[in-house]
Amino acid sequence: MSQRSGVALFVTCLVDLFRPNVGFAAVKLMQDAGCTVEVPEAQTCCGQPAYNSGDRKDTIAIAKQVIAAFEGYDHVVAPSGSCAGMIKKHYPEALADDPAWLARAEALSAKTHELVSFLTDVLKIEKVEAAYDGTVTYHDSCSGLRELGIHGQPRKLLDGVDGLHLRELNDANVCCGFGGTFCVKYPDISNRMVSNKMDEIVATGAETLLAGDMGCLMNMAGKLHREGANVRVRHVAEVLAGMADGPAIGEPKVASVKP
Amino acid sequence: MNVSTTRNFKANAAEQLANETLRGALTKSKGHFTGGRATAAANLPEFEALRDQARDIKNHTIENLDFYLEAYEEKVTDVGGQVHWARTAEDARNIVLEICRSVDAKAVNKGKSMISEECAINDMLEANGIRAVETDLGEYIIQLRGETPSHIIAPAVHLTKGQVEESFRANHTHLDPDRVLEEPPTLLNEARTILREKYFQAEVGITGANLLVAETGSSIIVTNEGNGDLSQLIPKVHIVLASLEKIVPTLEDASTILRVLARSATGQEFSSYTTVSTGPKREGDPDGPEQYHVILLDNGRSDMLGSEFQDMLRCIRCGACMNHCPVYQSVGGHAYGWVYPGPMGSVLSPGLLGVDEAGHLPNASSFCGRCEEVCPVRIPLPKLMRHWREQEFEKHLSPGAARVGLGLWAFFAKRPKLYQLATGLEMRVLAWLGRKRGRFTSLPLAGGWTKYRELPAPQGRTFQSRWKLGERPQAGGAQ
Amino acid sequence: MSASDRNTILYSVRRSLGRSGPVDDGTAAKLRARIAGHARNIVPARTDLDDAGLVDLFQTMAEKVFATVERVSDMSEVPGAVGDYLRRENLPAQVVMAPDETLDAAPWSDNALMDIRRGIPVEADQVSVTSAPVAVAETGTLAMFSGPAHPSTLNFIPETHVVVLPASRVVKSYEDVFDAVRAQMGDAESGRNGLPPRTVNFITGPSRSGDIEQTLLLGAHGPRRLHIVIVEDGEQDAPQNG
Repeated sequence: MSQRSGVALFVTCLVDLFRPNVGFAAVKLMQDAGCTVEVPEAQTCCGQPAYNSGDRKDTIAIAKQVIAAFEGYDHVVAPSGSCAGMIKKHYPEALADDPAWLARAEALSAKTHELVSFLTDVLKIEKVEAAYDGTVTYHDSCSGLRELGIHGQPRKLLDGVDGLHLRELNDANVCCGFGGTFCVKYPDISNRMVSNKMDEIVATGAETLLAGDMGCLMNMAGKLHREGANVRVRHVAEVLAGMADGPAIGEPKVASVKP
Repeated sequence: MNVSTTRNFKANAAEQLANETLRGALTKSKGHFTGGRATAAANLPEFEALRDQARDIKNHTIENLDFYLEAYEEKVTDVGGQVHWARTAEDARNIVLEICRSVDAKAVNKGKSMISEECAINDMLEANGIRAVETDLGEYIIQLRGETPSHIIAPAVHLTKGQVEESFRANHTHLDPDRVLEEPPTLLNEARTILREKYFQAEVGITGANLLVAETGSSIIVTNEGNGDLSQLIPKVHIVLASLEKIVPTLEDASTILRVLARSATGQEFSSYTTVSTGPKREGDPDGPEQYHVILLDNGRSDMLGSEFQDMLRCIRCGACMNHCPVYQSVGGHAYGWVYPGPMGSVLSPGLLGVDEAGHLPNASSFCGRCEEVCPVRIPLPKLMRHWREQEFEKHLSPGAARVGLGLWAFFAKRPKLYQLATGLEMRVLAWLGRKRGRFTSLPLAGGWTKYRELPAPQGRTFQSRWKLGERPQAGGAQ
Repeated sequence: MSASDRNTILYSVRRSLGRSGPVDDGTAAKLRARIAGHARNIVPARTDLDDAGLVDLFQTMAEKVFATVERVSDMSEVPGAVGDYLRRENLPAQVVMAPDETLDAAPWSDNALMDIRRGIPVEADQVSVTSAPVAVAETGTLAMFSGPAHPSTLNFIPETHVVVLPASRVVKSYEDVFDAVRAQMGDAESGRNGLPPRTVNFITGPSRSGDIEQTLLLGAHGPRRLHIVIVEDGEQDAPQNG
């Protein structure tokens, strides 16, 4: 059986700053599956903002920081396809010119995972003990989908959630328009993309939108709220961990009425 | 070179986003192209392996480009054709003009050629009193409208049939103004009839080339209409305009690339007309051109060789990337401001125009990766766009405010303790400020975000601080 | 001017590739051998069929792209079949025909009502009749070779193109077409003088365009109709010139 110990949580900056509940949900899922989870202190961000802005120097500095903080663990798990993808696919690219660091980046890459795929593909979880009463739809975040092949795994686990009914989103695999700094550098284009996404979400009639990346989720939640659409937005980990009864993304801290 | 407005990308994009006619036209075309490609790929079990082979063929050729160019030239000469070498767009224009003048050409028929757009051939011909007639239906339509192509294989994809009708009525003034002209079949018939006459009136035909074959000195065009064929068979002179990297070693290599080209472009297994042309007509041939000229254009390609952008030279101009690109599908091709739109244009244009001129294009991407996913020759387009961003960053070309913001963020990100201190406080403040509604409609410094979206408020204490304080999730049951 | 451009471009290519001159002799020999060997890459397995299977595949694929296909047993039935087709389509029994040997073998004079001109098409011609030297089952594609007996404009100018195709000429793939081209080049009797045809047209269905709102329309510039008459009693000879 696969090892169920020594997991380091890469919490990701957006979860850390904006929605810690997702981090706790991630920890819960892994602990319930028998893992020992630790949270290395020396983590801030995976470095994508620097990387995608062409700032190689800062990217490399941050990458080295992450590698040093995490390489001692058996597994590194992030509740984000883009952050896991950054560590897994792009750290080796960024450190390609430095053989020693490249080796360390590749070693870390081999044991870095996105959360949901870690549960299904490494821990071989078939079903989570969770209930969620309502219809949900699921957006496939680009990095998770295309860099890490995450598609069937969240759907498989959601399928096992009692009371949950999944309606597939048309164009689920089309970008929501977040793209990191893209959404603020090219807001008009990003807005068109997220508007199209919103139309598709609303068309499903689902009460809840789920995805595996906070950036996408905040982008879509922000648009849904601005346009007054009646859709609640959560990270998929919250539902899978049975921790989806607090305020959804962008909602105030009052006792929320269950859909 | 064809004048670019890529510097104005943001303004161009804003204008195009407001264009509801464009939005309708793009919505109609999108599913057609993406669905077509998906179906074609599903119907050919060898498709993925063929993509790998196509990539390998292009890589091999590019790595030995000088050899293959010389081998190609030798073969063209052997069959009675002539090869011209053009370093720049201006050289290409001069050569075309010289050839046209040598046969006293009054009119030139054009098959679709993006290289001719890159070199602004039509403008040059018109300026020299030679009529340039676009024969590809889409190119003909936009020529009437004085527009440039908005897509590399579907030049009029941004237009509705109403707009086409409008242009035909305005230009085909010799026809009965009361004629019925609404539906595509009648529009096509009208264009066909008018262009038929013109086929017989030109002394020179110019085509592009999807492929050049070193083995035989051939050029290959891929069309559905047959216009490229009529343009080269009837006139006295056939000029082929092709950039250096179009070359492949053998006819078998061409076959492999052709198998992935049409499928990626339109979802067809093979185009209606794929034509292999080799030199001028043979003795005894009843038709065909008397002269065959191939103009090999560099215009920046040899500089891309050996650089971190070399992979871009594999491009076979199928258009799949832009068909699948959410940015292209939002703003259309004209917003890109030059000849090559979409992801391939975002990588190629800075290479040909310079990153200071065309730097916006590789920045206007969310790196969703759909382009790379569908590229028949597996060009890592997002990675190449990132390389352009790196060049901009190193040359200090990125906007000042963004650099400062990034610098500030990086300063903190590299110092975890300081970062946690600063964010710990900041998030609690923001959470408190946003506590009533759980989100912000506006927030200082967040205008780019809040222009169109609410900004969800942070929950309060950061995860790191809560974890440090000993908070842990309650155990439950999984598995 | 062009000569120095040539040298400048080649120099620039070489410099970018990290060389100060052309490839070394060993590499050049390898590259020449690669060209001369013209090895095949992957050919789709859908063509792994026997002769009859290939003809069926050709027909299926050609019909998918809106060519019409009929079969006759031998050349004697061809003029009647073509005449019937023209009648069905309300087309005049007036054709311009390729002056090739394959078509010579059909008894056209049996059909006195058909007005036949052999040679190059003019704008007024509504129907052309040609044979095809070879056809590709893989995608229902005809391959036409230009030559004295086959003006290429016959493939494009008239609105209706009728193609007489002996079944034995159906091959698996484009690669087989190119082998046929090379065979003709190497055959002293072919009249090709060691050169490929000036034009090889791969034709897959009638002409079409999607340029107006992605509506598929047939007959953009080339023929609106492509009618293929497969002659099942195939000839034994290799495809003729044109």
